[in-house]
Amino acid sequence: MQLQVTNSPFNQEQVDLLNRLLPSLTDSQKIWLSGFLAATASAPAASAAPLAAQQALNVAVAAPAPAASKDVTILFGSQSGNSAGFAKKSAKVLTENGFNVTVSSMSDFKTNQLKKVQQLLIVASTHGEGEPPDNAISFHEFLLGKRAPRLEGMTFSVLALGDTSYELFCQTGKEFDARLEELGATRLVDRVDCDVDFDEPASGWLKSVVDRLKEAGSAGTGAAVAAAPSSDAGTAAESAYSRTNPFRAEVLASLNLNGRGSNKETRHLELSLEGSGIAYKPGDALGIYPQNDPALVDELLEATKWDAQAQVTVNKNGEVRALREALIDYFDITTLSKPLAEKLAQIAANKEALELFDASNREKFKAYAHGRDLLDFIRDYGPLQGSAQDVVSLLRKIPARLYSIASAQSANPDEVHLTIGAVRYEAHGRERKGVCSVYAAERLQPGDTVPVYIQPNDNFKLPEDPSTPIIMVGPGTGIAPFRSFMQEREESGAEGPSWLFFGDQHFVTDFLYQTEWQRWIKDGVLTRMDVAFSRDTEDKVYVQHRMLQHGKELFAWLEQGASFYICGDEKNMAKDVHRALLEIIETEGGKSREEAENYLASMQQSKRYQRDVY
Amino acid sequence: MAKTKLTAPEGTPSDVERIKRESNYLRGTLAESMLEPLSSGISDDDNRLMKFHGSYLQDDRDLRNERQKQKLEPAYQFMLRVRMPAGVAQPGQWLVMDELANKYGNGTLKLTTRQTFQMHGILKWNMKKTIQSIHMALLDTIAACGDVNRNVMCNPNPYQSDVHAEVYEWSKRLSDDLLPRTRAYHELWLDEEKVASTPEVDEVEPMYGPLYLPRKFKIGVAVPPSNDIDVYSQDLGFIAIVEDGRLTGFNVAIGGGMGMAHGDKETYPQLAKVIGYCKPEQIYDVAEKIITIQRDYGNRAHRKNARFKYTVDRLGLKNVKSELERRLGWKLEAAKPFHFNDNGDRYGWVQGVGDTWHYTMFVEGGRVADFDDYPLMTGLREIAKVHTGDIRLTANQNLIIANVSSQKKAEISALIERYGLSDGKRYSGLRRSSMACVSLPTCGLAMAEAERYLPVLIDKIDGMLDENGLREEEITIRMTGCPNGCARHSLGEIGFIGKAPGKYNMYLGAAHDGSRLSKMYRENIGEDEILRELSGIIPRYAKERESGEHFGDYVIRAGIIAATTDGTNFHA
Repeated sequence: MQLQVTNSPFNQEQVDLLNRLLPSLTDSQKIWLSGFLAATASAPAASAAPLAAQQALNVAVAAPAPAASKDVTILFGSQSGNSAGFAKKSAKVLTENGFNVTVSSMSDFKTNQLKKVQQLLIVASTHGEGEPPDNAISFHEFLLGKRAPRLEGMTFSVLALGDTSYELFCQTGKEFDARLEELGATRLVDRVDCDVDFDEPASGWLKSVVDRLKEAGSAGTGAAVAAAPSSDAGTAAESAYSRTNPFRAEVLASLNLNGRGSNKETRHLELSLEGSGIAYKPGDALGIYPQNDPALVDELLEATKWDAQAQVTVNKNGEVRALREALIDYFDITTLSKPLAEKLAQIAANKEALELFDASNREKFKAYAHGRDLLDFIRDYGPLQGSAQDVVSLLRKIPARLYSIASAQSANPDEVHLTIGAVRYEAHGRERKGVCSVYAAERLQPGDTVPVYIQPNDNFKLPEDPSTPIIMVGPGTGIAPFRSFMQEREESGAEGPSWLFFGDQHFVTDFLYQTEWQRWIKDGVLTRMDVAFSRDTEDKVYVQHRMLQHGKELFAWLEQGASFYICGDEKNMAKDVHRALLEIIETEGGKSREEAENYLASMQQSKRYQRDVY
Repeated sequence: MAKTKLTAPEGTPSDVERIKRESNYLRGTLAESMLEPLSSGISDDDNRLMKFHGSYLQDDRDLRNERQKQKLEPAYQFMLRVRMPAGVAQPGQWLVMDELANKYGNGTLKLTTRQTFQMHGILKWNMKKTIQSIHMALLDTIAACGDVNRNVMCNPNPYQSDVHAEVYEWSKRLSDDLLPRTRAYHELWLDEEKVASTPEVDEVEPMYGPLYLPRKFKIGVAVPPSNDIDVYSQDLGFIAIVEDGRLTGFNVAIGGGMGMAHGDKETYPQLAKVIGYCKPEQIYDVAEKIITIQRDYGNRAHRKNARFKYTVDRLGLKNVKSELERRLGWKLEAAKPFHFNDNGDRYGWVQGVGDTWHYTMFVEGGRVADFDDYPLMTGLREIAKVHTGDIRLTANQNLIIANVSSQKKAEISALIERYGLSDGKRYSGLRRSSMACVSLPTCGLAMAEAERYLPVLIDKIDGMLDENGLREEEITIRMTGCPNGCARHSLGEIGFIGKAPGKYNMYLGAAHDGSRLSKMYRENIGEDEILRELSGIIPRYAKERESGEHFGDYVIRAGIIAATTDGTNFHA
């Protein structure tokens, strides 16, 4: 990776030095350096890190001492707008004093950037009975939670706005102040707590802050080097985990991305890969080994009259488990394959069941099995004559489910995120639930662990050249890999234009990751986005309609070398999008159908047309 | 007398002034914002301008935190307020509002304290269709919010029909004449073609000018003895003077307003003061000149001090009056005597002049909806389908099925009975005299519940009233979720202003006829403390009150609270 000011915590001078230095290092030198920096960065004394880093640079290339940082980040948590207003005013004053100021509401701030901030100012009000204001809630939760990073090397100051008529006056500001100290950051100026009439004390605080920042600047301190990105260390080493030896990842967060009133439930799952050494790239998938629904297992036990506690051997190694546990954890009880059903029919010695496999009518079993599972079969053709062991020995091990990864490791070094649509439907008089999706939606809780592995997908990768334009079509959960793409492109500072098509049922409830796309558009990471919500209008509008609407521009992008990606439903969407694409190439490119097909085929060959459909 | 030089306060104009200045007469970038597909919201700047078009962006605050976690933007939606002078709607207009509320809104209508309809929950993509439908029904939403003259209020008391009809016509004319003149509304919402030539700046808004007013401006017209429209709460109030059953003119009152900010004693509610009398045909001239005085001298640096009441208090009532007379070129006559009884409504059937009847219906919190056990919205829809008179919204969030002929009366009565609609007589006098602003979940300013909570609080106070034989006593009780005063809280004999979830400042001592402001009695208290305080005061009132003595007067005489004699000593 070529370091740039935009993709690293370093200033231009540092970037130049590092880019000169790094390519010249041998592997063993790199390893030594990363260990050295990691050790010094986690040293408790705030001044040790810059000093050590400075020495390291001096030793390596005899570089001049890094200049004091002029970068100041101001975060505000504001309910009524006072904090926001004062934060912006502070930004103005600091800018006039020659600082490079980033000012943002806490909710707009990406928490994974916190570690890169060297000088942090917080302006926060307190809401109601000691609560953080709405736009500070998530940041507050993050900072006070266990996922907050160590912040040695950061200097900070807090301005707290409040109202003394409340019992917990300025509580939120106090909490931020104490927590930042606890995380190892150094207080630049003591916190100031302001009552309703805040102008004067707030201005006093701002003046002290400016004075101290200036002093720090002229004294040559305050420049701190953040810890080396841990992802580099992670990707370097080969992970010991694999499909056959899955890693038990802890669930960090699980939330429903669909708002109230939606017909859908789409789970956003954040899993920890900490300590696993697992590496993945945008476009890869994650395999999850789910558990069966205990309620379904209980129904099965009731239908078979088996003893839930009976010991059964589950594998060739002779591992023994209680039956109920084995049916939940180990065996696939939802797939009714033909070989399985046929053997079960024999065990049941059921003539009718055996007729399903009449060689003269191959369609018969297929028709029966559609939408049915083991329980249906047993209810329809049971009782089974064999023992529980006889039957479970016929069952295969529960297979992993693959999900396109929705995060980039560069942005979330120790995490992997998934976007899982909960599958629920009714068939043959019974409520059916997707094994893994409903496991994720209903039973996996933060703190639980789940066996996972990476399934690399070389056929769904960002262009190697970061300046290549990309067009992404991902309705519904098909959005997942494009979130990963955007995180990656944001982290790497890729400059290629990007265009996303997204669709779902309703704008208000089903716009998955809406606020993230909005931010990426605002920050220019995502160039353009078109959306189609099929149930908001009388005529159903889908992503392919939006593509056709903008066919001229879309074709121009293709002509400029854009890579085209589709992710999501294979049966309808991917085909419709493909057709729309052909139509656009025909119409806008003035080509025959055959020429258009050749055009697409050659795109496919040069890996500019990639699909991840299911 | 030496002429005093009037000036506007100094200081950098507030950000809203910049937005107005750059807006090209209220257009801004609204046309583009309304089409932007990735957000159902619009920018803050455009939202400021949206107000002049009768609407602003809100979000469902019940869902705000939940949606933030879900990576969804707030559940943005628009509130849309109709301009409907004096609250008079035709049955057909009622049916259109009902249909729009169900089709594009949240299925309810709010009858406001300024006698108009508000709809909530309209999505961005449906705004144009909604406004067009309102336009087709011969209503509009122009200037229903924003720094301009708002919906003109007028006493809708139909039992004085002859005079009322005349006063209504004046009110309507005032509202129409004081509208902004920009074509922005027609271009943005009604697809009116832009006029090619650029008119001279002065021609676009001859009265308002390109910056409009420093703040909202409210006009109300009262017909004594009812002060239902709270004439003293208006920036400009007209009090009809009726002699021998004939309208002779209006007393003019200026400088009232309810809003204030918590913790800022430079802000306060104030009552309008009567400065003289004019002939009916002179009220437009008076209103225009008053508005231009506020345009020229109002505070454009601090919006919290920008209402006309602060301009009057800063410049002095006499100076404002003489400036008014200078601009008019004539002098107001001396104010005529008048008398107000109360600021409430008269419920049930009342016979008007001639062959007409009027039915005032109690609408709790002004919310028209189909409740679990009360099909109010359906009932009113059925009435509107057969009604041949009009429907009038009162200043107390109620409505009047007005001008019912005696032949129609039985049919309307039957519908009222069939749907169980209430004239409020089954409720306590306190509940009948209650008002609450919208507040949570849609109002962005709300700090505590109001409309959703006041009925619950009244349930608990009702028991106390029953025990003390005060069930029929009409005590005004008003609650707002913030200090901006949409429910005119400072004129409630019992008033509450939200401070935080479940916490209110409690106010006592306002006059029953709206002629005296309340004063803060307890700060930042919850329900238990509210009930504890009232359980001390209510029995005392029951025992110690003098004949006909209203609650607001009693608490002052009993020394429970000091009288607020002027807005400037509201906080003292």
